[in-house]
Amino acid sequence: MRLKLKQDYFEDIELFEDRVPIFWSVVLLGFLFALPFFVKSYYLTILMLMSVNAIVALGLNLLVGNTGQISLGHAGFVAIGAYTAVLLTKAGAPFIVSFAAAGVVAALFGILLGVPSLKLEGPYLAIATLAFGLAVTVIIGRMDFLGGRMGVSVPKLSLKWTGLKYDTSLYYLIIIITILLTIFTRNFVKSRIGRAFQAIRDSDIAASSIGINLTKYKLLSFGLSATYAGLAGALWAFYLGFISPTNFNFILSIMFLATIVVGGLGFVGGSIMGAVVMTFLNIQLENITDVPILGSLIEKFSEAFMMHSAISNVSWVFTGLILILIVLFEPMGLYGIWLRVKLYWKTWPF
Amino acid sequence: MALFEINNLTKRFGGLIAVDNLSFSIKKGEIFSIIGPNGAGKSTVFNCINGLYKPEEGSIQFKGENLIGQRPDQVAKMGIARTFQNLELFAHMTTIDNLLLGRHLHMKANLGQILGLNFRRSKAAKEEITHRRKVEEIIDFLELESARDQYVSNLPYGKQKLVELGRALALEPELILLDEPAAGLNQEEREEMVFWIQDIRDQLGVTVLLIEHNMQLVKGISDRILAISFGKKLTEGTPAEVLNHEEVIKAYLGEVV
Repeated sequence: MRLKLKQDYFEDIELFEDRVPIFWSVVLLGFLFALPFFVKSYYLTILMLMSVNAIVALGLNLLVGNTGQISLGHAGFVAIGAYTAVLLTKAGAPFIVSFAAAGVVAALFGILLGVPSLKLEGPYLAIATLAFGLAVTVIIGRMDFLGGRMGVSVPKLSLKWTGLKYDTSLYYLIIIITILLTIFTRNFVKSRIGRAFQAIRDSDIAASSIGINLTKYKLLSFGLSATYAGLAGALWAFYLGFISPTNFNFILSIMFLATIVVGGLGFVGGSIMGAVVMTFLNIQLENITDVPILGSLIEKFSEAFMMHSAISNVSWVFTGLILILIVLFEPMGLYGIWLRVKLYWKTWPF
Repeated sequence: MALFEINNLTKRFGGLIAVDNLSFSIKKGEIFSIIGPNGAGKSTVFNCINGLYKPEEGSIQFKGENLIGQRPDQVAKMGIARTFQNLELFAHMTTIDNLLLGRHLHMKANLGQILGLNFRRSKAAKEEITHRRKVEEIIDFLELESARDQYVSNLPYGKQKLVELGRALALEPELILLDEPAAGLNQEEREEMVFWIQDIRDQLGVTVLLIEHNMQLVKGISDRILAISFGKKLTEGTPAEVLNHEEVIKAYLGEVV
């Protein structure tokens, strides 16, 4: 059994508890950075998608897992971020400007959507955010200068200076931003503001009576969560190369919510795990008909009970199944499983 | 001069008058208790002070400043901390995080500074360490060492009460409002609670306003007691005076038929 005795207060807030996670983090970083030299760009695109989803999940988890609010409209923020970045890039702004602007504009809308959260709770708030998510795509679809419902192509970033292939440079860009945001989020959760968020989740009466301004922190939570979604939206646009309002539909918002529930509500690690697993499942389940025997059975089942020739529905059935199982058996999600495995390993053989 | 003063406070819920024209004042360094049968309006008084309720009439003054119309977080900022009758803890957080939240008002790190939390010499980390040290002092004071890293929801009730007390103390208030601190505690825990409350006044110099049903506890520690019934003041004075007062006995035990 490995037991670590802490000797000073800084160890309580350090990024890594001891050498073991440092070692594995270095291994993971090395793997991520070496990857483009060994695999086809198809796998890079999967990792990019995972990263972008992870950024949204990090933000949504701050709002839902940490602050105890709800948003069924996060795809709306992603759309706002994406379209902001595209507009500015088209106008000739450099990446850093359009990327930051995507975050800022989404944050403003986030704060705006936060206003109902001051009065509404639970299902009422859910409906308000749902309406927002739906409205955003409809409004964008009506704006001709944004390409309307037909969509708009995204100009490529000038990443030639890296001397690498475009896909590879974009991959590095997205990975680095994701890592930085993950570290920031983890610090945030350990900080006074992060704790204030959790206080609001557990008891808003107690939170206010110890001096937490509910209005300020709820709005901050919505704003911050939307910022993540906006930033992710910008990256997503550059990654896709072409965006239209249908990319940001209601299902996507639900998908984000499912991601953090599967990953583990209120855990930074959970957001990452959820994004990796859910993205992977979504991609893999679309090819489920290729699986021998099982594939054709599922195809028959899908045609009999669900929409005709719409096999992608199957992936939703599985996603739903996973969600139900997680909520029933491991409410802390994948991260909860990870914590349990870690505890078992640390305290072995007891 | 009185540290804290309530004048002609009235709080109505529709037709029900929960607090009726109530006045009292507390001197600095006092342990002041409010007693009264169930539904007498004791917790309502707390909620009015704390800013959760807005009274219809009257005034509440703390160090010469008006409290009515202030939000709970503003009241906390002025130096008034409270505990709740039915525990309002941050149940999914550890004891130390609960106590650190009590330090929220004293911490200043903003979004930008949080970025530096990974570096020992950064402003945010230094602040965090200072306040963690402070919280450890409270853990020592209330002997909460064994509960330090446990989730509050897993702690026994008596310990949870102490964590809530510790969280209020972490604010370093000048006045602390304790809503039935001994409710639900066993004999031993109750006796310990008496010591904590006395220590809070004697060692930390915090003025205490408390609501309690346990007469033994109230008698033992109060400097002065206010008895209320149906929102009205019955009497006010030293424990011996109040507990032997005819009206008080009548309010608790009813009239002799």
